[in-house]
Amino acid sequence: MATAVEDRADGERQSPLSDAVVVRFAGDSGDGMQLTGGQFTLSSALAGNDFATFPDFPAEIRAPQGTLFGVSAFQINFGSSAIDTAGDAPDVLVAMNPAALKTNVPQLKPGGLIIADEGEFNDRNLAKAKYDANPLEDGSLAKWQLLKLNISQLTMDAVKPFGLGNKEALRCKNMWTLGLALWMFDRDRQPLVDWLNAKFAKAPDLAAANVAALNAGHAYGETAELAGPLKQHHVDPAPVAPGLYRTLTGAEGIALGLVAGAQLSKLPMFFGGYPITPASAILHHLSRLKEYDVTTFQAEDEIAAICSAIGASYGGSLGVTSSSGPGIALKGEAMGLAIMTELPLVIVNSQRGGPSTGLPTKTEQSDLYQAVYGRNGDAPMPVVAARSPGDAFECAIEAVRIAVQYMTPVMLLTDGYIANAAEPWAVPDLTTYEAFPVEFLTEVPEGGFKPYGRDEKLARPWVKPGTPDLLHRIGGIEKEVDTGHINYAPGNHQAMTDIRKAKIDGIKVLDQVVELGAEGGKLAVVGWGSTFGPIHQAVRRQRAQGADVSHIHIRHIWPLPANLGELLKSYDKVIVPEMNTGQLKTVLRDQYLVDAKPVNKVSGQPFTIAEIESAIEEALA
Amino acid sequence: MNEMTTIARPTTLKDWETDQEVRWCPGCGDYAILKAVQRTMPEIGTAPENTVFVSGIGCSSRFPYYMETYGFHTIHGRAPAFATGLKLANPELDIWIVTGDGDGLSIGGNHTMHLIRRNLDCQIMLFNNEIYGLTKGQYSPTSRVGTTSPSTPYGSVDRPAQPAAFALGAGARFVARGFDVSKELPNVLKAAHAHKGAAFIEIFQNCIVYNKDVFEDFAAPKGAEDRQLWLKQGEPMVYAKGTKGIALDAEALHLKTVDVVDGDWEAAGVIVHDVTNRSVAHMLVEMRFGEFPMALGILYDDPRPTFEADVVRQNKAAAEGKKADLQGLLKKGQTWTVTEGGPEL
Ligand SMILES: Cc1ncc(C[n+]2csc(CCOP(=O)(O)OP(=O)(O)O)c2C)c(N)n1
Ligand code: SF4
Ligand SMILES: [Mg+2]
Repeated sequence: MATAVEDRADGERQSPLSDAVVVRFAGDSGDGMQLTGGQFTLSSALAGNDFATFPDFPAEIRAPQGTLFGVSAFQINFGSSAIDTAGDAPDVLVAMNPAALKTNVPQLKPGGLIIADEGEFNDRNLAKAKYDANPLEDGSLAKWQLLKLNISQLTMDAVKPFGLGNKEALRCKNMWTLGLALWMFDRDRQPLVDWLNAKFAKAPDLAAANVAALNAGHAYGETAELAGPLKQHHVDPAPVAPGLYRTLTGAEGIALGLVAGAQLSKLPMFFGGYPITPASAILHHLSRLKEYDVTTFQAEDEIAAICSAIGASYGGSLGVTSSSGPGIALKGEAMGLAIMTELPLVIVNSQRGGPSTGLPTKTEQSDLYQAVYGRNGDAPMPVVAARSPGDAFECAIEAVRIAVQYMTPVMLLTDGYIANAAEPWAVPDLTTYEAFPVEFLTEVPEGGFKPYGRDEKLARPWVKPGTPDLLHRIGGIEKEVDTGHINYAPGNHQAMTDIRKAKIDGIKVLDQVVELGAEGGKLAVVGWGSTFGPIHQAVRRQRAQGADVSHIHIRHIWPLPANLGELLKSYDKVIVPEMNTGQLKTVLRDQYLVDAKPVNKVSGQPFTIAEIESAIEEALA
Repeated sequence: MNEMTTIARPTTLKDWETDQEVRWCPGCGDYAILKAVQRTMPEIGTAPENTVFVSGIGCSSRFPYYMETYGFHTIHGRAPAFATGLKLANPELDIWIVTGDGDGLSIGGNHTMHLIRRNLDCQIMLFNNEIYGLTKGQYSPTSRVGTTSPSTPYGSVDRPAQPAAFALGAGARFVARGFDVSKELPNVLKAAHAHKGAAFIEIFQNCIVYNKDVFEDFAAPKGAEDRQLWLKQGEPMVYAKGTKGIALDAEALHLKTVDVVDGDWEAAGVIVHDVTNRSVAHMLVEMRFGEFPMALGILYDDPRPTFEADVVRQNKAAAEGKKADLQGLLKKGQTWTVTEGGPEL
């Protein structure tokens, strides 16, 4: 994601390949590809490159070895200027077995490089990958460059001195591969050596074997025939602002942002969750942060998770719950109660492919309707959507702010792509964030205590049970204006419905900005969530070619920024690329009567830049 | 129960009444339970502001509106989950859960089970009227086989759940039974409150409109002593004015009723009630009324550490010696510094 200070002048990015490379590591789930990718990512960071990653792994925990559905892949795009996406098509594909080759080679750029572990292309594995003939031998890969190496054997040879068993020795294959990749891109090996030594501190033999494999892979690159397809390629550092950086995944971004939000509001946090992919990672992260006044609770189901969080909010904590589509569906009724009782709550939805169980490990943005409209009754609720791991940190703070200042549940949308992807993140200085400390009502105010009295934001007072003199009862039955007593009178329900709507409509959110381009013009490409990267790059490239196109990215899905309607109307055309069948598009059409046109993709994979570019070209044609 | 709350200023029944109009049907058993609770609270000696009534949905779940305490009328079946979050947020609060046979055992059975299993410190009052009152009289999971109702015009066919047995099976450390108009109910409530941990109380409650007098067979004042076995710690399990008792058939490993002649219960082999005896508790909750009297009072009471205490202890231990340095945390992990000269570790 773009940490680079600024994009190289728009016009210079005609060929994105000169200064950016996309590498995909693909292998069996047991081959350690995610680890390899993660370490290669760190080395890219240390080389000063900007980067974005895309881990793509199977839903099965231990898929049978060698099968097509057991392939695990990790893609990284790194470069010397701003990188917004994990890249469309890889330049280099590392395939650790036939299944990995088969599932990933179609995406490889023509002329791209395949590095295949020949040792794994035996009859059994070829059959499992449903190859009739060995693709390394039959010429079917002719449109790419092919480098076949017996990585298995080379690794075994390299780790022989350490006396590991066959199985353990082969586990070092990924380090051999990583060593070769480090050589290819002219990277320093030492940080990896340090990391391995630390990781296997308790098993020095394993550490030594892994280091030996890493070195052997590196040495192989150095000594390999220079005439072959293997060439060293140096990617210059990106012009990145000085400062402290780290890699951040979306799940980390949300967990840390929630903790920051709790601190800024001066509240203890209570997190109720129930395991579900890809949301669990947030629960895992927060479970370790006890010293930050965080209590985590693994509930018996998603309903109990949200209800416990509401109970904690009622008790004066910042209640937070998190899930993915199916679990969010279960939480619906309780969200209504939080709206009715006007208690703060943050609900994180890490979206995945749906409906039903859908595609648990694949990404989609198809829960926007559910977030904005998905409850019984007129139940307005703010919705904030994160665009990237780093942005998830900011959005989590924003969600907490809205929740406690307006006494309302807030939904924070992220998705599987953001949750798992890592990006370099300039560590923010927390002292630059404005605190928003919560003030509980602790004594009877002038004019008497009204549990449903309101401040200028239309928020009701937050009273902790245990407070003398402010005893009152709340619940899901319609409340009487001010007193909060049960009241079914027609006029009262009208009044309360209006108040609940006015409160959410009145939430102050920043005006919508144009990310790239100008206010007004021929075409606006409007996006939200994790499609930020591909849209941004596509708009940048199209502008470089002279197209009149602008990029608008919406963080506040509900309520929408006050100026958005006018802004959209200042363009001749509006297109809305989304990883769903057109949900934000519908909301925009409904809210502003603009002729927003959908651009949709629901394959479980993020948009490629090229796909957005052709949508832009089509719209402008 | 909660130790912190037992030093409150004295209160009277009036202090626990709200100004809200009570909306149950005239003659509903809920009134008697409400009064029993309001009468018991001053004796328990807790402070109204530290007391929270949390309920689900049902006639019974309207209860919090009538108690001058904090109260949360939540959603159907989920009161235990709200109570769990609330108690973890503030372990000082004294929490009473009010639920019905439908609320607590049908839609919310899962939460009831987990609340009990975890042993959250609270009192759970399950008002068992063997019917769905609020939705106008459908049969419930505790309705007897053959209950005719709008949804079972030919009689229900499924076997009922037994709340006390369910609770004990879920791991309850306190199980008690009472009924709406019983004079003993306040004592049961007090014992439940005195128990530290999840205290489960099944309260038989007469729904005068949809399931009138289903408990009359044992609750009717006339002949009550023959049909009610009030269990008292350390006392023999005798009833019918001491002429009958409960003994163990050691060979078949189940309980039996025996005649007690001349008050010599020992000779008859009558068991002395030990509230900490879990095996006997399992037999008591399974005792079928008819063949046996209805077992009432404190069936089982043997505390264990509570969930919230363990959570608090673990949180404290895990935080021990660590500073809540969020800026430091942000900098943790794989970091590098970019200077004018380029990145370095
Ligand atoms: C999600 C949901 N489903 C159904 C209902 C309708 N409903 C309200 S109370 C109730 C049953 C109540 O029975 P019980 O818990 O025995 O309480 P009682 O009224 O008998 O005291 C039902 C089905 C509801 N309010 N919410
Ligand atoms: S319907 Fe039954 S349980 Fe409900 S208030 Fe009336 S009598 Fe009581
Ligand atoms: Mg009932």
